[in-house]
Amino acid sequence: MTEPIIRVEHLKKSFGDHEVLCDVNFEAQKGDVVCIIGASGSGKSTLLRCINLLEKPTSGLITYHGRDIQDGSVPLAEYHAKVGMVFQSFNLFHNMTALENCMIGQTKVLKRGRAQAEENAMLYLDKVGMGPFVKAKPRQLSGGQKQRVAIARALAMDPEMLLFDEPTSALDPEMVGEVLEVMRDLAKSGLTMLVVTHEMAFARDVASKVVFMDAGVIVEEDRPEAIFSQPRQPRTREFLARILSKGEEKSRPAS
Amino acid sequence: MPTSFFGWVAYILQHYGSLFVSGTIITLIVALTGTVFGFGIGLLVAIGRTTEPRDGAGLLKRGLNRFFHGLLGAYIEVFRGTPMIVQAMVIYYGAMQYLGLKLPNLAAAILIVSVNTGAYMAEIIRGGIISVDVGQTEAAHSIGMTHWQTMTSVVLPQAIRNIMPSIGNEFIVNIKDSSVLNVISVSELFFQSKSAAGTYFRYFEVFFITAIIYLILTYSITRLLRFIERRMDGPDNYTFLGSQTDSKSVIRVHKEAAAK
Repeated sequence: MTEPIIRVEHLKKSFGDHEVLCDVNFEAQKGDVVCIIGASGSGKSTLLRCINLLEKPTSGLITYHGRDIQDGSVPLAEYHAKVGMVFQSFNLFHNMTALENCMIGQTKVLKRGRAQAEENAMLYLDKVGMGPFVKAKPRQLSGGQKQRVAIARALAMDPEMLLFDEPTSALDPEMVGEVLEVMRDLAKSGLTMLVVTHEMAFARDVASKVVFMDAGVIVEEDRPEAIFSQPRQPRTREFLARILSKGEEKSRPAS
Repeated sequence: MPTSFFGWVAYILQHYGSLFVSGTIITLIVALTGTVFGFGIGLLVAIGRTTEPRDGAGLLKRGLNRFFHGLLGAYIEVFRGTPMIVQAMVIYYGAMQYLGLKLPNLAAAILIVSVNTGAYMAEIIRGGIISVDVGQTEAAHSIGMTHWQTMTSVVLPQAIRNIMPSIGNEFIVNIKDSSVLNVISVSELFFQSKSAAGTYFRYFEVFFITAIIYLILTYSITRLLRFIERRMDGPDNYTFLGSQTDSKSVIRVHKEAAAK
Protein backbone atom coordinates (compact mmCIF):
# COMPACT_ATOMS: atom_id res chain seq x y z
CA MET A 1 0.00 0.00 0.00
CA THR A 2 1.30 3.45 -0.89
CA GLU A 3 1.95 6.18 1.65
CA PRO A 4 -1.29 8.16 2.19
CA ILE A 5 -1.33 11.88 1.38
CA ILE A 6 -2.46 12.69 4.91
CA ARG A 7 -2.08 10.48 7.95
CA VAL A 8 -3.32 11.52 11.39
CA GLU A 9 -2.08 9.59 14.42
CA HIS A 10 -3.29 9.92 18.02
CA LEU A 11 -4.46 13.47 17.40
CA LYS A 12 -5.71 15.35 20.45
CA LYS A 13 -6.99 18.88 20.65
CA SER A 14 -8.29 20.67 23.73
CA PHE A 15 -9.58 24.18 24.15
CA GLY A 16 -8.85 24.83 27.80
CA ASP A 17 -10.40 21.95 29.76
CA HIS A 18 -12.64 20.99 26.90
CA GLU A 19 -11.28 18.08 24.89
CA VAL A 20 -12.62 18.36 21.35
CA LEU A 21 -10.56 15.62 19.74
CA CYS A 22 -9.43 12.66 21.78
CA ASP A 23 -7.15 10.23 20.00
CA VAL A 24 -8.17 10.48 16.35
CA ASN A 25 -6.48 8.17 13.86
CA PHE A 26 -7.19 8.64 10.23
CA GLU A 27 -5.72 8.61 6.76
CA ALA A 28 -6.59 9.75 3.24
CA GLN A 29 -5.17 8.01 0.18
CA LYS A 30 -4.75 9.58 -3.20
CA GLY A 31 -8.12 9.73 -4.99
CA ASP A 32 -10.15 9.20 -1.84
CA VAL A 33 -13.32 11.19 -1.33
CA VAL A 34 -13.83 11.01 2.41
CA CYS A 35 -17.00 12.42 3.92
CA ILE A 36 -16.93 13.13 7.64
CA ILE A 37 -20.37 13.12 9.23
CA GLY A 38 -21.54 13.56 12.78
CA ALA A 39 -23.48 15.86 15.07
CA SER A 40 -22.45 19.48 15.72
CA GLY A 41 -19.67 19.63 18.26
CA SER A 42 -18.39 16.15 17.47
CA GLY A 43 -15.01 17.53 16.36
CA LYS A 44 -15.35 17.22 12.57
CA SER A 45 -14.41 20.80 11.77
CA THR A 46 -11.66 20.85 14.37
CA LEU A 47 -10.11 17.77 12.74
CA LEU A 48 -10.10 19.56 9.39
CA ARG A 49 -8.72 22.75 10.92
CA CYS A 50 -5.94 20.80 12.61
CA ILE A 51 -5.03 19.18 9.30
CA ASN A 52 -4.89 22.66 7.74
CA LEU A 53 -2.91 23.94 10.76
CA LEU A 54 -5.48 26.63 11.49
CA GLU A 55 -5.56 25.01 14.91
CA LYS A 56 -2.47 23.76 16.65
CA PRO A 57 -2.94 20.17 17.79
CA THR A 58 -2.49 19.61 21.53
CA SER A 59 -0.68 16.37 20.76
CA GLY A 60 -0.41 13.77 18.04
CA LEU A 61 1.15 13.45 14.63
CA ILE A 62 -0.04 14.67 11.24
CA THR A 63 2.04 13.64 8.24
CA TYR A 64 1.94 14.67 4.61
CA HIS A 65 3.43 11.94 2.39
CA GLY A 66 5.07 10.59 5.51
CA ARG A 67 6.60 13.91 6.56
CA ASP A 68 5.60 15.59 9.82
CA ILE A 69 3.87 18.91 9.07
CA GLN A 70 4.46 20.36 12.52
CA ASP A 71 8.22 20.04 12.93
CA GLY A 72 9.19 22.13 9.92
CA SER A 73 10.16 19.24 7.63
CA VAL A 74 7.52 20.42 5.15
CA PRO A 75 7.71 24.11 4.22
CA LEU A 76 4.37 25.57 5.32
CA ALA A 77 3.68 27.57 2.15
CA GLU A 78 4.25 24.44 0.04
CA TYR A 79 2.00 22.34 2.27
CA HIS A 80 -0.79 24.93 2.21
CA ALA A 81 -0.57 25.19 -1.57
CA LYS A 82 -0.87 21.40 -1.87
CA VAL A 83 -3.65 20.94 0.68
CA GLY A 84 -6.31 23.59 0.12
CA MET A 85 -9.36 24.47 2.13
CA VAL A 86 -12.91 25.59 1.37
CA PHE A 87 -14.73 27.26 4.27
CA GLN A 88 -18.32 27.27 5.42
CA SER A 89 -18.45 31.07 5.22
CA PHE A 90 -16.55 31.29 1.89
CA ASN A 91 -13.99 33.78 3.24
CA LEU A 92 -13.36 35.42 -0.11
CA PHE A 93 -11.08 38.45 -0.06
CA HIS A 94 -13.56 41.32 -0.19
CA ASN A 95 -11.16 43.85 -1.63
CA MET A 96 -10.61 41.76 -4.78
CA THR A 97 -12.67 40.62 -7.75
CA ALA A 98 -13.48 36.95 -8.30
CA LEU A 99 -10.54 36.72 -10.71
CA GLU A 100 -8.10 38.42 -8.33
CA ASN A 101 -9.22 36.10 -5.54
CA CYS A 102 -8.11 33.19 -7.69
CA MET A 103 -4.82 34.83 -8.71
CA ILE A 104 -3.32 36.20 -5.50
CA GLY A 105 -2.19 32.84 -4.11
CA GLN A 106 -0.61 31.91 -7.41
CA THR A 107 1.33 35.15 -7.75
CA LYS A 108 2.29 35.57 -4.07
CA VAL A 109 2.86 31.97 -2.99
CA LEU A 110 3.63 30.03 -6.18
CA LYS A 111 5.40 33.06 -7.72
CA ARG A 112 3.65 32.59 -11.05
CA GLY A 113 3.56 35.40 -13.60
CA ARG A 114 0.34 37.39 -13.89
CA ALA A 115 -0.52 36.07 -17.35
CA GLN A 116 -0.11 32.45 -16.31
CA ALA A 117 -1.99 33.02 -13.06
CA GLU A 118 -4.85 34.67 -14.89
CA GLU A 119 -5.08 31.88 -17.45
CA ASN A 120 -5.12 29.26 -14.72
CA ALA A 121 -7.66 31.21 -12.65
CA MET A 122 -9.95 31.55 -15.70
CA LEU A 123 -9.71 27.83 -16.34
CA TYR A 124 -11.01 26.98 -12.89
CA LEU A 125 -13.55 29.80 -12.74
CA ASP A 126 -15.00 28.44 -15.99
CA LYS A 127 -14.95 24.96 -14.52
CA VAL A 128 -17.14 26.02 -11.58
CA GLY A 129 -19.40 27.99 -13.92
CA MET A 130 -18.27 31.40 -12.71
CA GLY A 131 -16.52 32.47 -15.92
CA PRO A 132 -18.96 35.32 -16.63
CA PHE A 133 -18.54 36.77 -13.13
CA VAL A 134 -14.76 37.17 -13.01
CA LYS A 135 -14.99 40.95 -12.68
CA ALA A 136 -17.53 40.93 -9.86
CA LYS A 137 -16.60 41.71 -6.27
CA PRO A 138 -17.72 39.22 -3.59
CA ARG A 139 -20.41 41.61 -2.30
CA GLN A 140 -22.06 41.43 -5.73
CA LEU A 141 -22.38 37.63 -5.68
CA SER A 142 -24.88 35.26 -4.11
CA GLY A 143 -23.80 32.71 -1.50
CA GLY A 144 -23.64 29.84 -3.96
CA GLN A 145 -21.64 31.93 -6.41
CA LYS A 146 -19.23 32.98 -3.67
CA GLN A 147 -18.66 29.39 -2.65
CA ARG A 148 -17.98 28.38 -6.26
CA VAL A 149 -15.39 31.18 -6.52
CA ALA A 150 -13.87 29.97 -3.25
CA ILE A 151 -13.58 26.47 -4.72
CA ALA A 152 -11.94 27.91 -7.84
CA ARG A 153 -9.54 29.86 -5.62
CA ALA A 154 -8.46 26.65 -3.91
CA LEU A 155 -8.23 24.76 -7.22
CA ALA A 156 -6.12 27.49 -8.82
CA MET A 157 -3.27 26.51 -6.51
CA ASP A 158 -3.26 23.09 -8.27
CA PRO A 159 -3.65 21.24 -4.96
CA GLU A 160 -3.27 17.52 -4.38
CA MET A 161 -6.13 17.54 -1.94
CA LEU A 162 -8.95 19.81 -0.86
CA LEU A 163 -10.54 20.08 2.57
CA PHE A 164 -14.19 21.19 2.62
CA ASP A 165 -15.50 22.47 5.95
CA GLU A 166 -19.32 22.28 5.70
CA PRO A 167 -19.27 24.03 2.31
CA THR A 168 -23.05 24.21 1.95
CA SER A 169 -24.14 24.87 5.54
CA ALA A 170 -24.26 28.66 5.16
CA LEU A 171 -26.20 28.55 1.89
CA ASP A 172 -29.86 29.09 1.17
CA PRO A 173 -31.47 25.74 0.29
CA GLU A 174 -31.86 26.56 -3.40
CA MET A 175 -28.13 27.25 -3.72
CA VAL A 176 -26.91 24.04 -2.12
CA GLY A 177 -27.40 22.12 -5.35
CA GLU A 178 -25.11 24.25 -7.52
CA VAL A 179 -22.21 23.87 -5.08
CA LEU A 180 -22.72 20.12 -4.62
CA GLU A 181 -22.84 19.78 -8.40
CA VAL A 182 -19.36 21.34 -8.67
CA MET A 183 -18.10 19.05 -5.91
CA ARG A 184 -19.51 15.97 -7.63
CA ASP A 185 -17.62 16.92 -10.80
CA LEU A 186 -14.42 17.38 -8.81
CA ALA A 187 -14.83 13.98 -7.20
CA LYS A 188 -15.37 12.41 -10.62
CA SER A 189 -12.22 14.06 -11.94
CA GLY A 190 -10.23 12.17 -9.32
CA LEU A 191 -9.38 14.98 -6.90
CA THR A 192 -8.67 13.83 -3.36
CA MET A 193 -11.28 15.38 -1.09
CA LEU A 194 -12.01 15.47 2.61
CA VAL A 195 -15.53 16.80 3.15
CA VAL A 196 -17.20 17.65 6.44
CA THR A 197 -20.88 17.68 5.56
CA HIS A 198 -24.46 17.31 6.69
CA GLU A 199 -25.55 16.38 3.15
CA MET A 200 -26.17 12.66 3.59
CA ALA A 201 -27.24 12.13 -0.02
CA PHE A 202 -23.96 13.60 -1.20
CA ALA A 203 -21.98 11.40 1.18
CA ARG A 204 -23.90 8.30 0.06
CA ASP A 205 -23.46 8.99 -3.67
CA VAL A 206 -20.02 10.50 -3.92
CA ALA A 207 -17.86 9.34 -1.01
CA SER A 208 -15.43 6.49 -1.31
CA LYS A 209 -15.31 6.37 2.46
CA VAL A 210 -17.59 7.75 5.15
CA VAL A 211 -16.28 8.59 8.61
CA PHE A 212 -18.69 8.99 11.51
CA MET A 213 -17.44 11.07 14.41
CA ASP A 214 -18.96 11.51 17.84
CA ALA A 215 -17.62 13.20 20.98
CA GLY A 216 -14.13 13.71 19.56
CA VAL A 217 -13.47 10.20 18.30
CA ILE A 218 -14.00 8.35 15.04
CA VAL A 219 -16.73 5.87 15.90
CA GLU A 220 -16.93 4.11 12.57
CA GLU A 221 -15.51 4.37 9.09
CA ASP A 222 -16.49 2.34 6.07
CA ARG A 223 -17.74 2.41 2.50
CA PRO A 224 -20.90 4.55 2.25
CA GLU A 225 -23.15 1.57 1.41
CA ALA A 226 -22.04 -0.15 4.59
CA ILE A 227 -22.40 2.93 6.82
CA PHE A 228 -25.80 3.90 5.52
CA SER A 229 -27.40 0.45 5.24
CA GLN A 230 -25.67 -1.58 7.95
CA PRO A 231 -24.01 0.68 10.51
CA ARG A 232 -22.25 -1.51 13.07
CA GLN A 233 -22.11 0.93 15.97
CA PRO A 234 -25.24 1.86 17.91
CA ARG A 235 -24.14 5.51 18.00
CA THR A 236 -23.95 5.60 14.19
CA ARG A 237 -27.40 4.01 13.91
CA GLU A 238 -28.84 6.53 16.33
CA PHE A 239 -27.32 9.51 14.50
CA LEU A 240 -28.43 8.30 11.08
CA ALA A 241 -31.94 7.52 12.26
CA ARG A 242 -32.22 10.99 13.71
CA ILE A 243 -30.82 12.91 10.75
CA LEU A 244 -32.52 10.86 8.02
CA SER A 245 -35.96 11.17 9.62
CA LYS A 246 -35.42 14.93 9.84
CA GLY A 247 -34.58 14.97 6.15
CA GLU A 248 -37.84 13.21 5.32
CA GLU A 249 -39.81 15.72 7.34
CA LYS A 250 -38.20 18.52 5.40
CA SER A 251 -38.97 16.99 2.01
CA ARG A 252 -42.57 16.24 2.93
CA PRO A 253 -44.91 18.89 1.54
CA ALA A 254 -46.37 21.17 4.18
CA SER A 255 -49.98 20.31 4.89
CA MET B 1 -10.60 104.17 8.13
CA PRO B 2 -13.61 102.02 7.18
CA THR B 3 -16.80 102.49 9.18
CA SER B 4 -18.93 99.44 8.35
CA PHE B 5 -18.35 95.74 9.10
CA PHE B 6 -17.87 94.83 5.47
CA GLY B 7 -15.70 97.84 4.98
CA TRP B 8 -13.38 96.54 7.68
CA VAL B 9 -13.39 93.05 6.23
CA ALA B 10 -12.38 94.41 2.83
CA TYR B 11 -9.75 96.67 4.39
CA ILE B 12 -8.21 93.85 6.41
CA LEU B 13 -8.16 91.49 3.44
CA GLN B 14 -6.48 94.17 1.37
CA HIS B 15 -3.78 94.94 3.92
CA TYR B 16 -3.29 91.57 5.60
CA GLY B 17 -4.32 89.18 2.85
CA SER B 18 -0.79 87.79 2.64
CA LEU B 19 -0.85 86.98 6.37
CA PHE B 20 -4.00 84.90 5.93
CA VAL B 21 -2.51 83.15 2.91
CA SER B 22 0.75 82.27 4.64
CA GLY B 23 -1.12 81.22 7.79
CA THR B 24 -3.43 78.98 5.77
CA ILE B 25 -0.45 77.37 4.03
CA ILE B 26 1.31 76.66 7.34
CA THR B 27 -1.92 75.28 8.85
CA LEU B 28 -2.38 72.98 5.86
CA ILE B 29 1.24 71.82 5.94
CA VAL B 30 1.10 71.06 9.68
CA ALA B 31 -2.29 69.32 9.47
CA LEU B 32 -1.47 67.28 6.38
CA THR B 33 2.03 66.13 7.35
CA GLY B 34 0.89 65.61 10.94
CA THR B 35 -1.97 63.39 9.76
CA VAL B 36 0.22 61.44 7.33
CA PHE B 37 3.05 60.88 9.83
CA GLY B 38 0.48 60.21 12.55
CA PHE B 39 -1.07 57.57 10.32
CA GLY B 40 2.37 55.98 9.83
CA ILE B 41 3.03 55.99 13.58
CA GLY B 42 -0.45 54.62 14.26
CA LEU B 43 0.05 51.83 11.72
CA LEU B 44 3.33 50.72 13.31
CA VAL B 45 1.91 50.93 16.85
CA ALA B 46 -1.28 49.07 15.87
CA ILE B 47 0.64 46.27 14.14
CA GLY B 48 3.07 46.20 17.07
CA ARG B 49 0.17 45.69 19.43
CA THR B 50 -1.12 42.71 17.40
CA THR B 51 2.18 40.80 17.67
CA GLU B 52 2.29 37.87 20.01
CA PRO B 53 5.23 35.76 21.11
CA ARG B 54 5.38 32.33 19.45
CA ASP B 55 4.08 29.39 21.42
CA GLY B 56 7.53 28.07 22.21
CA ALA B 57 9.03 31.46 23.08
CA GLY B 58 11.20 31.62 26.17
CA LEU B 59 10.70 33.73 29.28
CA LEU B 60 12.95 36.54 28.01
CA LYS B 61 11.06 36.90 24.73
CA ARG B 62 7.74 36.86 26.53
CA GLY B 63 8.99 39.48 28.97
CA LEU B 64 10.30 41.68 26.15
CA ASN B 65 6.98 41.37 24.35
CA ARG B 66 5.09 42.37 27.50
CA PHE B 67 7.41 45.34 28.03
CA PHE B 68 7.04 46.41 24.39
CA HIS B 69 3.25 46.21 24.59
CA GLY B 70 3.33 48.18 27.86
CA LEU B 71 5.41 50.89 26.21
CA LEU B 72 3.01 51.22 23.27
CA GLY B 73 0.04 51.27 25.64
CA ALA B 74 1.67 54.01 27.72
CA TYR B 75 2.35 56.11 24.61
CA ILE B 76 -1.32 55.95 23.65
CA GLU B 77 -2.54 56.75 27.16
CA VAL B 78 -0.21 59.71 27.64
CA PHE B 79 -0.83 61.39 24.28
CA ARG B 80 -4.57 60.78 24.26
CA GLY B 81 -4.87 61.73 27.89
CA THR B 82 -3.25 65.20 27.82
CA PRO B 83 -4.23 68.28 25.78
CA MET B 84 -2.15 68.97 22.70
CA ILE B 85 -1.56 72.53 23.88
CA VAL B 86 0.13 71.15 27.00
CA GLN B 87 2.11 68.60 24.97
CA ALA B 88 3.35 71.49 22.81
CA MET B 89 4.62 73.43 25.84
CA VAL B 90 6.24 70.38 27.46
CA ILE B 91 8.00 69.17 24.31
CA TYR B 92 9.05 72.57 22.97
CA TYR B 93 10.31 74.08 26.23
CA GLY B 94 11.49 70.73 27.58
CA ALA B 95 13.77 70.31 24.57
CA MET B 96 15.01 73.85 24.99
CA GLN B 97 15.67 73.81 28.75
CA TYR B 98 16.98 70.31 29.26
CA LEU B 99 18.42 69.28 25.89
CA GLY B 100 19.59 72.74 24.86
CA LEU B 101 17.69 72.16 21.64
CA LYS B 102 15.89 75.05 19.96
CA LEU B 103 13.47 73.22 17.70
CA PRO B 104 12.48 75.15 14.56
CA ASN B 105 8.83 76.12 15.15
CA LEU B 106 7.43 74.40 12.09
CA ALA B 107 9.35 71.18 12.79
CA ALA B 108 8.17 71.23 16.41
CA ALA B 109 4.60 71.75 15.22
CA ILE B 110 4.74 68.78 12.84
CA LEU B 111 6.37 66.59 15.50
CA ILE B 112 3.72 67.42 18.10
CA VAL B 113 0.75 66.95 15.77
CA SER B 114 2.24 63.68 14.45
CA VAL B 115 2.80 62.01 17.82
CA ASN B 116 -0.54 63.27 19.09
CA THR B 117 -2.39 61.99 16.01
CA GLY B 118 -0.41 58.73 16.11
CA ALA B 119 -1.89 57.88 19.49
CA TYR B 120 -5.44 58.24 18.16
CA MET B 121 -4.61 56.57 14.84
CA ALA B 122 -3.17 53.52 16.62
CA GLU B 123 -6.54 52.81 18.17
CA ILE B 124 -8.45 53.66 14.98
CA ILE B 125 -6.29 51.30 12.93
CA ARG B 126 -6.52 48.56 15.55
CA GLY B 127 -10.29 48.86 15.22
CA GLY B 128 -9.97 48.68 11.44
CA ILE B 129 -7.88 45.51 11.60
CA ILE B 130 -10.40 43.89 13.96
CA SER B 131 -13.24 44.88 11.60
CA VAL B 132 -11.89 42.59 8.86
CA ASP B 133 -13.38 39.14 9.38
CA VAL B 134 -10.77 36.71 10.69
CA GLY B 135 -12.03 34.15 8.16
CA GLN B 136 -10.26 36.05 5.39
CA THR B 137 -6.99 35.79 7.31
CA GLU B 138 -7.54 32.05 7.71
CA ALA B 139 -8.30 31.73 3.99
CA ALA B 140 -5.10 33.60 3.13
CA HIS B 141 -3.08 31.31 5.42
CA SER B 142 -4.82 28.27 3.94
CA ILE B 143 -3.43 29.09 0.49
CA GLY B 144 0.03 29.57 1.93
CA MET B 145 0.27 33.35 2.26
CA THR B 146 2.54 34.61 5.04
CA HIS B 147 1.33 36.86 7.86
CA TRP B 148 2.96 39.84 6.15
CA GLN B 149 1.43 39.07 2.73
CA THR B 150 -1.97 38.59 4.37
CA MET B 151 -1.69 41.93 6.14
CA THR B 152 -0.56 43.95 3.13
CA SER B 153 -2.74 42.31 0.46
CA VAL B 154 -5.92 41.40 2.31
CA VAL B 155 -6.37 42.90 5.78
CA LEU B 156 -4.90 46.42 5.62
CA PRO B 157 -6.52 47.49 2.33
CA GLN B 158 -9.91 46.66 3.83
CA ALA B 159 -9.06 48.01 7.27
CA ILE B 160 -7.93 51.33 5.82
CA ARG B 161 -11.05 51.58 3.66
CA ASN B 162 -13.21 50.94 6.72
CA ILE B 163 -11.49 53.63 8.78
CA MET B 164 -11.39 56.31 6.06
CA PRO B 165 -14.15 58.32 7.78
CA SER B 166 -12.14 58.30 11.02
CA ILE B 167 -8.93 59.27 9.21
CA GLY B 168 -10.87 62.16 7.68
CA ASN B 169 -12.02 63.15 11.16
CA GLU B 170 -8.43 63.23 12.37
CA PHE B 171 -7.39 65.39 9.45
CA ILE B 172 -10.18 67.88 10.13
CA VAL B 173 -9.43 67.91 13.84
CA ASN B 174 -5.79 68.63 13.00
CA ILE B 175 -6.69 71.57 10.76
CA LYS B 176 -8.62 73.13 13.61
CA ASP B 177 -6.52 72.06 16.57
CA SER B 178 -3.21 73.08 15.05
CA SER B 179 -4.39 76.55 16.12
CA VAL B 180 -3.24 75.75 19.67
CA LEU B 181 0.33 75.70 18.38
CA ASN B 182 0.29 79.51 18.45
CA VAL B 183 1.55 79.03 22.04
CA ILE B 184 4.91 78.00 20.62
CA SER B 185 4.77 80.75 17.98
CA VAL B 186 4.05 78.60 14.95
CA SER B 187 2.89 81.04 12.29
CA GLU B 188 -0.25 79.12 11.41
CA LEU B 189 -3.61 80.67 10.61
CA PHE B 190 -4.68 81.50 14.17
CA PHE B 191 -1.29 83.02 15.03
CA GLN B 192 -1.33 85.18 11.89
CA SER B 193 -4.91 86.22 12.58
CA LYS B 194 -3.92 87.40 16.04
CA SER B 195 -1.16 89.51 14.52
CA ALA B 196 -3.56 90.97 11.98
CA ALA B 197 -6.17 91.71 14.62
CA GLY B 198 -3.73 93.34 17.03
CA THR B 199 -2.84 96.28 14.82
CA TYR B 200 -6.30 97.89 14.64
CA PHE B 201 -7.99 95.91 17.44
CA ARG B 202 -10.58 94.61 14.93
CA TYR B 203 -10.88 91.13 16.50
CA PHE B 204 -14.38 90.37 15.30
CA GLU B 205 -13.77 91.16 11.63
CA VAL B 206 -10.44 89.34 11.52
CA PHE B 207 -11.68 86.21 13.22
CA PHE B 208 -14.80 86.26 11.08
CA ILE B 209 -12.49 85.91 8.08
CA THR B 210 -10.46 83.27 9.90
CA ALA B 211 -13.57 81.24 10.67
CA ILE B 212 -14.61 81.33 7.02
CA ILE B 213 -11.16 80.11 5.93
CA TYR B 214 -11.23 77.22 8.43
CA LEU B 215 -14.70 76.29 7.23
CA ILE B 216 -13.66 76.32 3.57
CA LEU B 217 -10.62 74.15 4.39
CA THR B 218 -12.54 71.55 6.37
CA TYR B 219 -15.46 71.41 3.95
CA SER B 220 -13.20 70.93 0.90
CA ILE B 221 -11.41 68.15 2.71
CA THR B 222 -14.67 66.44 3.62
CA ARG B 223 -15.65 66.43 -0.06
CA LEU B 224 -12.20 65.27 -1.17
CA LEU B 225 -12.23 62.37 1.28
CA ARG B 226 -15.68 61.26 0.16
CA PHE B 227 -14.39 61.26 -3.40
CA ILE B 228 -11.38 59.13 -2.39
CA GLU B 229 -13.67 56.70 -0.53
CA ARG B 230 -15.81 56.23 -3.60
CA ARG B 231 -12.71 55.65 -5.70
CA MET B 232 -11.56 52.99 -3.21
CA ASP B 233 -14.94 51.24 -3.35
CA GLY B 234 -14.71 50.84 -7.11
CA PRO B 235 -17.74 50.82 -9.38
CA ASP B 236 -21.08 49.58 -8.09
CA ASN B 237 -21.62 47.78 -11.34
CA TYR B 238 -19.55 45.08 -12.94
CA THR B 239 -19.16 43.55 -16.35
CA PHE B 240 -20.75 40.23 -17.11
CA LEU B 241 -18.81 38.43 -19.82
CA GLY B 242 -20.80 36.40 -22.35
CA SER B 243 -24.53 35.82 -22.67
CA GLN B 244 -26.56 32.70 -23.40
CA THR B 245 -26.54 33.38 -27.11
CA ASP B 246 -23.24 35.15 -27.66
CA SER B 247 -20.09 34.32 -25.73
CA LYS B 248 -18.40 37.54 -26.88
CA SER B 249 -21.05 39.89 -25.57
CA VAL B 250 -20.49 42.11 -22.56
CA ILE B 251 -23.31 43.00 -20.16
CA ARG B 252 -23.00 45.76 -17.55
CA VAL B 253 -24.72 44.72 -14.34
CA HIS B 254 -25.78 47.58 -12.09
CA LYS B 255 -25.97 47.53 -8.34
CA GLU B 256 -29.73 47.09 -8.15
CA ALA B 257 -29.65 44.10 -10.45
CA ALA B 258 -26.59 42.48 -8.92
CA ALA B 259 -27.17 39.81 -6.31
CA LYS B 260 -27.03 41.20 -2.81
